[in-house]
Amino acid sequence: MRYYTTVSALAVLFLFPLLWSGWASMEEPGNYLEMARFGEGLGTYLTNSALVSAMTVAGTLTVSALGGYAFARFDFPGKNLLFLVTLAILMVPYATILIPLYVLLGHIGLQNSLVGLSLVFVMFQLPFALFMMRNAFEAIPRELEEAAMVDGCGTFRAFARILLHAVRPALVTVGLFAFLASWNDFFAPLILLNDGASFTLPVAVVSMTQQTFGAIDYGMLQAGVMVMALPCLILFLVLQRHYVRGFMSGALRG
Amino acid sequence: MSVTLDRPPREIARGSTPSPPPWWRGRKAQGWLYATPTALIVGVLFVVPLILVVWMSLHRWPLLGGATFNAPDNYTKITDNPLFLDSVFFTLKYTVIVTVLLSATALGLALLVQERRPGVGFFRTAFFLPGAVGFAAAALLFYGMLNNDFGPIDPILQTLGITDEPVKWIGSPDAALFSTIALVLWRFAGFNMLILLTGLQAIPVEVYEAARSDGANRWQIFTRITLPLLRPTIALMLILSVTGSLLAFDQFFIFTNGGPDNSTVSMVMVVYREAFFRFDLGGAAAISVVLLLALVALNVLQMRVLRRSQ
Repeated sequence: MRYYTTVSALAVLFLFPLLWSGWASMEEPGNYLEMARFGEGLGTYLTNSALVSAMTVAGTLTVSALGGYAFARFDFPGKNLLFLVTLAILMVPYATILIPLYVLLGHIGLQNSLVGLSLVFVMFQLPFALFMMRNAFEAIPRELEEAAMVDGCGTFRAFARILLHAVRPALVTVGLFAFLASWNDFFAPLILLNDGASFTLPVAVVSMTQQTFGAIDYGMLQAGVMVMALPCLILFLVLQRHYVRGFMSGALRG
Repeated sequence: MSVTLDRPPREIARGSTPSPPPWWRGRKAQGWLYATPTALIVGVLFVVPLILVVWMSLHRWPLLGGATFNAPDNYTKITDNPLFLDSVFFTLKYTVIVTVLLSATALGLALLVQERRPGVGFFRTAFFLPGAVGFAAAALLFYGMLNNDFGPIDPILQTLGITDEPVKWIGSPDAALFSTIALVLWRFAGFNMLILLTGLQAIPVEVYEAARSDGANRWQIFTRITLPLLRPTIALMLILSVTGSLLAFDQFFIFTNGGPDNSTVSMVMVVYREAFFRFDLGGAAAISVVLLLALVALNVLQMRVLRRSQ
């Protein structure tokens, strides 16, 4: 009994802020309406965030599936070097290369661009994603694709028609991590986007706290928190198994 | 005769010479084709910026306008920047406190929900759930929750008789650090708990059974079996906590904005301010390079320790 009292008290402590935020956001019915009208409008920020996340997930899945297949099944010159350099992304602090990325994206016409931001997110997801996908492809018996090739498939058809289905759990895990990272990240969009109309949700909602005149509307702020948090909470609850699988694979990043 | 011997028997039977496949059908070329997107992303968005940050650190590089070579000014300037020196001390202090508290909390939680019993899945999820919330959203949540007029924390504490007036949660340096740590614990304890749980589950049940049949009590089992066998996992958690804390930005930018009186300015915040408030990208790049070298050195050191402990 003492056990359940302890863990229940702790669970209340951990769930309380979320419940409070939900309650505070709904205390006044106008909170969500006001938040929806803030700045460029909720529609703009939601669209930007959704676009960035969709592009990041699609990009990460495509690049890491192709790359993972290459690393699991082919030998090619420079293979080990490329894999090591990709893993080195984990060693280099995120914050230290955002300033040169800001300059670089300016030079290739992708500054203040949602596409540029998504590409940066894909890069940061790549070590984890590539590692997961390589292991997933390696776990598939070679006989599976050999059988397909005997039936006349080229490697690409074997890859697209058969192998991709076999690694679906890994794709879901990689996609989930890519979504959470890109939807929630604050620092990269803060630096790489400089026009209110291209802000993602976190940057837009933080800017609510930096209004220079008038008091901060805390109810509206909590409505913003809920809009940001709910998709992640739901997705996590539905795909918990895949999240833990990502952890178990030993390749994780805070 | 010797020529035909080199051929596989099947082809001799067919009596035909296989034409070499076109270059794009070769295994090597195909491997490269599949790896090209990876190479492009890594090359353009990682290797180039890595070189560029060093290049920028050797130049006077204003936010707008041309760059001029000025090495090693950006580096010598770093030590003259009192804000940076303060931020180093502050960030180190923050890192030590967070790492100790976070590890202890995570270990406590992991031990609590380690065994299978009814309802344990719910508790694991409850502890982890804040980890699914974005860090920026979590910071804004605490920003409201700790507000003296709006948040529930002051009324609760006063009702319980713990405090008799609203606390300046982010208004004084010590309280601001304390509040930030509370936020970080809430957001990351479950995450670290999950890391430890994977380690705990890797310990074979037989080891525990053997210890128990030898008459070991709970404390002995914890200190002599669980902790030593968990060492690699704990080391991994410490690495993630230390590197994460040294790079702290979101919590201070959103939550305290570096205040009060620049008492909570982290190292990465200085990089940001140099670049986008003082418009000095070269100076920001130089600090970035120093941070990068320090963290890579730390990572290498930690990996050595980790490998030895395995």
